[in-house]
Amino acid sequence: MGQTLAEKIFSSHVVEMPFENTWVLKLDTVFCHEITTPIAITDLQERGMDRVFDPRKIKAVIDHVSPAKDSKTAEQGKALRLWARRHGIEDFFDIGRNGVCHAIFPEKGFVRPGYALVMGDSHTCTHGAFGAFAAGVGTTDLEIAVLKGVCAFGKPETFRVDLEGKLPAGVFPKDVILAVIAKIGVAGATNKVIEFRGPVVDAMSMEGRMTLCNMAVEAGGTSGLCMPDATTVEWLWPFIGPEGEGQFASKEEALAEYSRWGSDEDAIYAARVSLDCSSLEPLVTKGYSPDNVVPLRTMKGTTIDQVYIGSCTNGRIEDLREAAAVLKGRTIHPQVRGIVSPATQAVYTAAVEEGIIETFLKAGFCVVSPGCGACLGMSNGVLASGEVCASTTNRNFSGRMGRGGMIHLMSPASAAAAALAGALATAADVAAQPSIVASAGQGRTK
Amino acid sequence: MKALGGRVLFLDRDDINTDEIIPARYLNEDTKAALKPYLFEDLELPGFDRSSMLQGKQAVLSRANFGCGSSREHAPWALEANGIQVVVAESFARIFRRNMYNCGMLAAELPADLIEKLFDRFSGQDTELKVDLDSMVLRFESKETGALEAPLSLGGFELAMLRSGGWLDFAATRY
Ligand code: SF4
Repeated sequence: MGQTLAEKIFSSHVVEMPFENTWVLKLDTVFCHEITTPIAITDLQERGMDRVFDPRKIKAVIDHVSPAKDSKTAEQGKALRLWARRHGIEDFFDIGRNGVCHAIFPEKGFVRPGYALVMGDSHTCTHGAFGAFAAGVGTTDLEIAVLKGVCAFGKPETFRVDLEGKLPAGVFPKDVILAVIAKIGVAGATNKVIEFRGPVVDAMSMEGRMTLCNMAVEAGGTSGLCMPDATTVEWLWPFIGPEGEGQFASKEEALAEYSRWGSDEDAIYAARVSLDCSSLEPLVTKGYSPDNVVPLRTMKGTTIDQVYIGSCTNGRIEDLREAAAVLKGRTIHPQVRGIVSPATQAVYTAAVEEGIIETFLKAGFCVVSPGCGACLGMSNGVLASGEVCASTTNRNFSGRMGRGGMIHLMSPASAAAAALAGALATAADVAAQPSIVASAGQGRTK
Repeated sequence: MKALGGRVLFLDRDDINTDEIIPARYLNEDTKAALKPYLFEDLELPGFDRSSMLQGKQAVLSRANFGCGSSREHAPWALEANGIQVVVAESFARIFRRNMYNCGMLAAELPADLIEKLFDRFSGQDTELKVDLDSMVLRFESKETGALEAPLSLGGFELAMLRSGGWLDFAATRY
């Protein structure tokens, strides 16, 4: 009988099954950030167990509040920093060399096909874009993960999502994942992994695949997963080829090796849906639940106060290019605050080199440092009550970006369009309206 | 083992997420006890009043997909800091459910029709929940409407976590 990608990872990583349906897996790597790790460190210290299973397999970053905004967050950063030093964790990325965890770790080549990995963060599912099993966990699981290099899971069933057709112009991976969540619901994939398949995924860049997998958890999924292919190899080549660790002499060799992890033709799926992406249009969320998704055109004219472009969902270079293409040569609505946070220092650098940052600055955006910032309402763009934000992040929960704020989730292109219009609008709407620059300042459409 | 059961807080809504249980702005607290005043601060639920309804409660009854959203174990901790060790719901998000058992707390699923019946019968009343792990029964009781028993179904992992006090003690010695 064939196996799914997730089943292959489980059967190759299982240490033991102490109870029925409890798979204790050996982890290839453990990721850490400064919000959920310090409390785990303190607890381990108090128990006299301040150790790590393998400092080379632990990667850590300061990303949620970067730089620190107050004494408490400064202490959290300090705790992680000192812990990394104490245990010789060399892959630790501090302010100025950092970025949002789910963007920087793939950028550094730390995720490989066939890996099992965890992090104390629910969007760890992002890393499944590389054909890995990557799951978010709480503090206790994280403690055991850093201490022993293992974590327990129920056997994940696989929910297969076939993305058929071809993305129309102006429709992006973010629109696709919003459509998927709307289709299967916020608990549609609970205790399952979501396998993204089909021609739309095959044609997608690694950035796009990460956007898809990032929001698997918004449908309840343990991990998003994409089959490793030539695009995966291309991304990893600087790390796995002769210029890197050198475990492969050629890309063909790497592809042959990584392809083994792909789900077998006769693998068994717990559920399956398919979505014709050729007929998709730009989408947006409404209200406080990520599965409440409507066509953006139906929300046109909804006044906004802030635009946020960034996060582990849509803060990568492709996302910034997508937004900058809409903004180029124009200025945003005078009553809108535009905030952009390049997801990592490398993304920031590339955006400067490509002139994208200049486009944002000239449009009237505030460029903030790489990090999570406003995405979770901790810093760099927290909303006041009653304010509305057009956001490229992944959660529209009540209070998420600030108490009493409303978040509409959308693609970077749609968020840029909203910034220009001062209200929800599609990129096509604002492109067809060159006068929008001139009309800016003439009051709001409310 | 933790003392499971007590007076019930009714949260009649699906998809109560971890941002509602404990908002991110309190994730910079460094002790579990410090989370106590902030439990359910952002909860969107008509008629819910934290100041009067949290007091003296040791269990929560809710609907589907309880604890969705962020991985923060601060959610079970904030419940525990308020004396709540049990959540009974139709279903849970994976990470929250695991976090509860990892802390030696009970996250019990009951079928939708039974949850409906419990809300119908006990909501708004002073209701006591008794958890019996030996006979695997949840018993809800109020003065006005009497008692209702529901079968508890738990796997080996869940029972071991409840009995050992959680995953850390279990795994730290075993692996
Ligand atoms: S960007 Fe937002 S969703 Fe992503 S890891 Fe940071 S806080 Fe979490």
